[in-house]
Amino acid sequence: MTTADGHPASRPDADIVDALRGRGLGVGALVFEGALLVALLSALSILLVLLADVVSGALPTFRTRGIGFVLSGLSLSPDTAGVLTGIAGSVTIAAIVVALAFPVGVAAALYLEEYAEEGWGTTLVDTTVRNLAGVPSIVYGLLGLAVFVPLVDRIGLGGVSHGRNVIAAGITMAVLVLPIVIITSAEAIRAVPQTIREAGFGVGATRWEVIRHHVLPSALPGILTGTVLTLARALGETAPLLVIGVATGYFAPPANVGVLERLTGPYTALPVIVFSWSRQTRPEFLETLAPAAIVVLLGVLFTLNGAAVWLRNRHDRRW
Amino acid sequence: MDTTDLIPEPPIDLRTGGNAPTAPSHDRPAIFEVDGLDVFYGDFHAVQDVTLDIARNEITAFIGPSGCGKSTVLRCFNRMNDLIPTARVEGSVRYHGLDLYGPDVDPVQVRRHVGMVFQRPNPFPKSIYDNVAFGPKIAKYDGDMDALVEASLTKAALWDEVKDKLRDSAYTLSGGQQQRLCIARAIATSPDVLLMDEPASALDPIATLRIEELMYELKEEYSIIIVTHNMQQASRVSDRTAFFNIEVTDGGQRTGRLVEFSETATLFTRPQHPQTEDYITGRFG
Repeated sequence: MTTADGHPASRPDADIVDALRGRGLGVGALVFEGALLVALLSALSILLVLLADVVSGALPTFRTRGIGFVLSGLSLSPDTAGVLTGIAGSVTIAAIVVALAFPVGVAAALYLEEYAEEGWGTTLVDTTVRNLAGVPSIVYGLLGLAVFVPLVDRIGLGGVSHGRNVIAAGITMAVLVLPIVIITSAEAIRAVPQTIREAGFGVGATRWEVIRHHVLPSALPGILTGTVLTLARALGETAPLLVIGVATGYFAPPANVGVLERLTGPYTALPVIVFSWSRQTRPEFLETLAPAAIVVLLGVLFTLNGAAVWLRNRHDRRW
Repeated sequence: MDTTDLIPEPPIDLRTGGNAPTAPSHDRPAIFEVDGLDVFYGDFHAVQDVTLDIARNEITAFIGPSGCGKSTVLRCFNRMNDLIPTARVEGSVRYHGLDLYGPDVDPVQVRRHVGMVFQRPNPFPKSIYDNVAFGPKIAKYDGDMDALVEASLTKAALWDEVKDKLRDSAYTLSGGQQQRLCIARAIATSPDVLLMDEPASALDPIATLRIEELMYELKEEYSIIIVTHNMQQASRVSDRTAFFNIEVTDGGQRTGRLVEFSETATLFTRPQHPQTEDYITGRFG
């Protein structure tokens, strides 16, 4: 073999060619890859078994009751009990969470990222927010019981429940997810390239104008995605609601009353319904109704997650 | 050509509060006078004792090795360093005779008069039109915005390429077009100075040439300061060149210093300082 200019090919060339001929993966690499695959499959199969168990339990309910299960309220009889009261409670809580946690969280994140000067104070606040995000939800329930329930009662929104109502629940949940909203929003804001800010300042924009016209619009998809995901967390939480006095048994929502009475009266939420039905003495509640309520809850959560993905893709920007 | 007639003197009032007349005197040939400028980032002494004048309607090039502080000095002319919390500026930078770092000067107003083009094209993630119109809009421009956008894009030699797609995203443009869009955006606020921080370093040679030709046209109306790593570029486009270098102080700290500042032809053919000669002949840096 000779090279193009006629020189004999040197020995190292052949060595390189030999070295390039693949010999496949070694045994160690194969074992490692296999272990990773087993880990993935076992996690996945546990989830699938859970899901199949819940869905198969729920099927009889949906088959016999159809959409009526979703559209009827609480009842002592398994033949008529539905989750509408829980949906109403959960949606109201979610609305309060969005109304409170979203503006406060985004504003806090903007201050942390765009205004606060670097220093030990900012670092302390940042660390504290991150730690708060990891505090068990039951602790927030105690906070709600000690602070928000009396507060709601004090400002005249206590109603017949003396503050153990959906308003106090919404505030508690908002405070529970606030650290997560701040963290995800701050990350979305930090991801906006510095060059965009420089461009804004470079044409004579004030800090607020740069934020208003460039940073916020660019960060919004990330902020929205994060907020929707925290909303899903708020919808699934049960423990804090139990602490601050959610109704865990049967109650009849007052008929023919105004919005305020409904908001200040007794309430329940989807995960709480699952909890209370699983403790009922009549087996139908545990065996078919609770799984059906779980399916409804999962449906709501998946819809929210889907909305988050949709929002992210729709507003995705490239720099 | 006597270009002074072409330049409408912008009403210079950078003060936040008062409207005291600060008419630039015409016996002052310089648009910027830098005297004893020192810049610090925290404890780091980035630039030491820079004194130079920037002439009106000329292209002034800053060259030097990485870390010599040329970009840092450039960013003093529109107070961009203010955005870095730890940055501290000492000495004086006079713009039309007014101390840019005076207590009553609003940096936001400064940046409307001293435009900037950055190293990497950084259009806003908005339409081509909105990119150009943003500066005038926040400056409460009340004239014909369409005409201003067209005029700015025309000056930036981009109008013919984008006139049919003004509503398209700026990201649909090529890198060279994006950089010209950034120039159009910078001149839309009617500055009289353009600062360019290595404007062609991210562009291919053809796009670079277009930017250089454009700078040559723009100096009829604007005073331009360009930072560049590319000595050929500095020698091609600039009227005056400032060579910065890194000096290692007794304490082992590195700091930027202005070594030599003269007419470009002189600096590249008959450098006065041995460091300059070493640099332009490629013996270091």
